[in-house]
Amino acid sequence: MPADFYFAIEVILNGLMAGVLYSLVALGFVLIFKASGIFNYAQGVMALFAAMTLVGIMNGQVPFAHLFNAIFGTEIHYFGWQVPALFAILLTTLVMVVFAWAVQRYIFRHLVGQEPIILFMATIGLAYFLEGVGDLMWGSDIKTLDVGLPQGASFWIEEQTAFLGGEDFFGFFIDQLDIVAAGVAIVLVAVLVAFSQYTKQGRAMRAVADDHQAALSVGISLNYIWILVWSLAGFVALVAGIMWGAKSGVQFSLSLIALKALPVLMLGGFTSIPGAIVGGLIIGVGEQLFEFLVGPLVGGATENWFAYVLALLVLVFRPQGLFGERIIERV
Amino acid sequence: MLDEMQSHVTEDGRTIGGVLMEMRNITLRFGGVVAIKDITFDIREGEIRAIIGPNGAGKSSMLNVISGFYHPQEGEVWFRGHKRPSMKPYQVAHQGIARTFQNIALFEGMSVLDNVMTGRLTHMKAGIFAQALWKGRAEEEEVANREQVEKIIDFLEIQHIRKTPVGRLPYGLKKRVELARALAAEPKLLLLDEPMAGMNVEEKEDMSRFILDVNDEFGTTIALIEHDMGVVMDLSDRVVVMDYGRKIGDGTPDEVRSNQDVIDAYLGVSHD
Repeated sequence: MPADFYFAIEVILNGLMAGVLYSLVALGFVLIFKASGIFNYAQGVMALFAAMTLVGIMNGQVPFAHLFNAIFGTEIHYFGWQVPALFAILLTTLVMVVFAWAVQRYIFRHLVGQEPIILFMATIGLAYFLEGVGDLMWGSDIKTLDVGLPQGASFWIEEQTAFLGGEDFFGFFIDQLDIVAAGVAIVLVAVLVAFSQYTKQGRAMRAVADDHQAALSVGISLNYIWILVWSLAGFVALVAGIMWGAKSGVQFSLSLIALKALPVLMLGGFTSIPGAIVGGLIIGVGEQLFEFLVGPLVGGATENWFAYVLALLVLVFRPQGLFGERIIERV
Repeated sequence: MLDEMQSHVTEDGRTIGGVLMEMRNITLRFGGVVAIKDITFDIREGEIRAIIGPNGAGKSSMLNVISGFYHPQEGEVWFRGHKRPSMKPYQVAHQGIARTFQNIALFEGMSVLDNVMTGRLTHMKAGIFAQALWKGRAEEEEVANREQVEKIIDFLEIQHIRKTPVGRLPYGLKKRVELARALAAEPKLLLLDEPMAGMNVEEKEDMSRFILDVNDEFGTTIALIEHDMGVVMDLSDRVVVMDYGRKIGDGTPDEVRSNQDVIDAYLGVSHD
């Protein structure tokens, strides 16, 4: 049964591609968690906000137009220009950096030394706040995001692989967007790793992640590093927002991808960048493969719960995740 | 007593210069508890200055005031002839004051080499974009810093563990790595918080030798806290003695040793 076999391979390939997107979101969590011990519940909303801002800027939308019109009785909605995608991405990055600064300045600077649960609660508040601000700024309607990424099945791959199978096999079906997303994710991770290993700021980032007091004593400003880390997480959120937004439109459900990142983090460990990547891939492939093999027996829709069950199993046997730092209690 | 401004040469040939740091009438309170009460002393260039006292005397608090971790309610800190405004610890580090911690604060997940390299951060000036692009100046800087770091690693005899993650090292070596990181900053003033705490006799001797060598070779001014009296008396040029947040003695080891208040604080005194 070669066709079934090839179909399984196709399922795995598609799982890998989906996994890359999970990894992207998980990466944002890991960056912030490592450097500051904050589990940032708002990471998903940040992706949504970044995508909304990108669309808004590209379409020349006037920020806070509804609010402005309601107060002054005007009817302004658009500037009437279109901004090229690349320039809009740059501007959005800038917005995310300002956001990072504001988060540090107005929230976490006042919470230094607080319990992790309090920091976590603050990020929940931040998530709702940011969601509201996003709606107020750009409107809550569903938007399409098109930054010029290729979409749809890659015919080239289909044609090149068609010879493999028999008469009922027509080649692998893989979405071009997924391929682009995978490429972008790989480049992003490579750059992040190089940055953290070989630059002054990267070294400082790792130092802060390791020991705050020691970091201060060698002249590192914690505030500066935290802003840097939130900016990086904001940028990663933007990339994730572009990929997911291009796939399924920019709408509220985009922020729920954060929930998908949770099992990825439990699997890979909250403190490991490679863990976030491998965790994402395992969940992506596992989800698809499980649906393919077991789904038909149990009536399908296993994708909704498989990741969580897998994460639960990992938690039982390896609470620190596959790549997380080992938890050692000294007594 | 030493002359106020004049520099002089010690018996073993080291030059002690003018005043580098001056603490003037420092008072530090935590709520109602007075940790330091109206303490004044100075640290001269090139000397080894010890702060000693029984447990809870306020020694560590004093070190934390110098390094910017604590901010005194009253008093002035003068450094290199200027009154220092209230500063954060990282700003103090940029002024050229490096320190070690009583309970060792190293980056456990990083290698010895990386740990010592972080000590060079105050000397790295290339901006974030130059760093990110890894071009020209950033690269030159990295090479120069690496050379300096290797020199210090050689000096403190930790070449054999350069690539080892610090978390795996035994206690005595960790203390030495922490000293290396502080030295890498080429500090004008080096603060050591109980550098010999928890060490065995052999490790203590090693550490004493390193402290003397650092002072001798690099001319680094050192202020250290210790409560092992014997070690302090051998190492230091001048000693401040604290008890219950007050200064009860200040002078050369010999002067301090014969000070009745100091003897009372260490041996206890009968109140009758």
